Amino acid sequence: MSIIVDASTGVICQGITGSQGTAHCAQMLEYGTRLLGGVTPGKGGQTHLGLPVFNTVKEAVAATSATVSMIMVPPPFAADSILEGIDAGLETIVCITEGIPVLDMLKVKARLQQSHTILIGPNCPGILTPGGCKIGIMPAAIFSKGCVGIVSRSGTLTYEAVKETTDSGFGQSTCVGIGGDPVQGVSFVDILERFEQDPQTEVVVLVGEIGGSAEQQAALYIKEHMHKKVVAYIAGASAPAGQRMGHAGAIISGGDATAEAKKKALREAGVVVVDTAADIAEGVKTALER
Amino acid sequence: MNLHEYQSKEIFREYGLPVPEFKVSTKATGIGKAAYELSPGPFVCKCQVHSGARGKAGGVAKVDTPAQAEAFAAKWLGMRLVTRQSGPLGKPVSRILIERATSIARELYLSATVDRQSARLTVIASESGGMSIEELACEHPEQILRSVIDPLVGPQPYQGRELAYKLGLQGRQVQEFARIFMGITRMFLEKDLSLVEINPLAVDTEGHLQCLDAKINVDPYSLFRHPEFAELDDTSQEDPRVVRAVAAGFSYVPLEGSIGCLVNGAGLAMGTMDIIKNMGGEPANFLDVGGTANTERVREAFKIILEDPHVKCIMVNIFGGIVRCDMIAEGIKGAVSEIRSSVPVVVRLEGNKAQEGERILNECGLNIQSARDLRQAAALAVQAAAR
Repeated sequence: MSIIVDASTGVICQGITGSQGTAHCAQMLEYGTRLLGGVTPGKGGQTHLGLPVFNTVKEAVAATSATVSMIMVPPPFAADSILEGIDAGLETIVCITEGIPVLDMLKVKARLQQSHTILIGPNCPGILTPGGCKIGIMPAAIFSKGCVGIVSRSGTLTYEAVKETTDSGFGQSTCVGIGGDPVQGVSFVDILERFEQDPQTEVVVLVGEIGGSAEQQAALYIKEHMHKKVVAYIAGASAPAGQRMGHAGAIISGGDATAEAKKKALREAGVVVVDTAADIAEGVKTALER
Repeated sequence: MNLHEYQSKEIFREYGLPVPEFKVSTKATGIGKAAYELSPGPFVCKCQVHSGARGKAGGVAKVDTPAQAEAFAAKWLGMRLVTRQSGPLGKPVSRILIERATSIARELYLSATVDRQSARLTVIASESGGMSIEELACEHPEQILRSVIDPLVGPQPYQGRELAYKLGLQGRQVQEFARIFMGITRMFLEKDLSLVEINPLAVDTEGHLQCLDAKINVDPYSLFRHPEFAELDDTSQEDPRVVRAVAAGFSYVPLEGSIGCLVNGAGLAMGTMDIIKNMGGEPANFLDVGGTANTERVREAFKIILEDPHVKCIMVNIFGGIVRCDMIAEGIKGAVSEIRSSVPVVVRLEGNKAQEGERILNECGLNIQSARDLRQAAALAVQAAAR
């Protein structure tokens, strides 16, 4: 088992004919993802990477029965693409695009709340279930099938957690990058709920960072509802207050936003909190032995 | 992106918000002349810098005569104002704002920002104007009032009136407040802002509301559809290294330590700083080179890092993933040999063709050490910086 996506998941890509879309879709096909087609307005009827291209998401869904879309379009058009995906009734939208204006995301968020669609991202590396399905830009070579569920706010730091759990022999059930923006789709809690239900997942690695209070909400959920062990690393203990550290979401603006406050909340919820990304595998060992 | 107070107040005027009549000048004589035009006094003179807490640092003064106004401007123009929030170097003062002093009966607080948890535009108000909202949130959280804007319906005047009554405003003040409420929310939505703050929002002795200070931050992700903000960007307020880094497409934050960091990805860049600190070293900066770590970008990043004289070692941490590490290694080799820096470099390359990359660096004959993993890289960097 896995969460959200597996080998049977049918996928389309909005922005498939762009350079990024082309490069990453080719890698997804190579991985074995059931990528069934793409959407680029004005290029409907063409074939790209051997797949049919459609003008609209609704046409693509009707023709391919895909349930998931990956969005790789530039920031000015990304919110429009997400809204189109919601309107077409997709189950899951994975938005890789970085740099979507916050006000666009407020509208997207409001529409999501009226629908059944879940959004992963934006500004995220995507989702990958080893041996089944890769959607996004994660490097497939570092993954191995196993028992660790990974959920992360960062891109390259996610890869660090994946490599740690692969090298130590644990492997991953599913790895989800939820993105580094202040307003985003699925939260830590949404993903933790799914890992808690997933029989393949034995332990969860949560990679958080400074800014906001999503880690505290995760801590609350873990304390009250989770039976599985959780290991957490929170990036940015060494970051100065008031400075935006690359991600729009990573800025310490209140007491809850510091790495220390997040670590404390997670520790109090029984989570194994590690101090550096290089300690994640050790943390997983500790958690499984407890 | 931050705006100056005078720029924010000009936008306030566009939206019909009550702002005391003001003038701005880059010259002391200009401020003297402006004071004559605004007479009679007293006046308030304010240094225009991208920082709060200007008053406590001496950057705001109430003066009685044009001569005193001119003297204030002469004292500050060309200097740097160091505040609690500005960092130790302070911010350069190249403009002074002068306005007629308002006689204040009450000071309120009003701001609009996006609450990330609810994903809603939220207006925050308080009867305790003048103090920072962070202090207020700690000391008197019960005094903070909120009004949430529905993204599909937009701000409504009744929401402004509700807040006005809760703030104890009366009579025509309620309408004045509701107009300000509608003004800042409309401005926020039309201009793609991330913060509008009026602190204090004063009730003057005649009972009218006045926006005495104005702070606007713009959502940097929205600049593509707001060309009008490009000319308002005052890069002199930023560290010149940050300006260069932004122009090159990097995220860069200077810090106080001795180990320069060059990393791909914001999270990993923070993770790199964390492990350096965890092993007893001090990072000199946060630097995310972004997705494409090619030769030109690595070279530019090295140059920016090496402008900091405290840097004793550079730690490069690239999780290649899809990018080929042998190409990145060539880029690092090219950059180091071209810059001819003697600062030791520790490189950790991970991902596609990492071993080839390691070999290229080990055989290049430059002061570059390659590390097998994150922990070893941090240990080597801390060692090198301690030498």
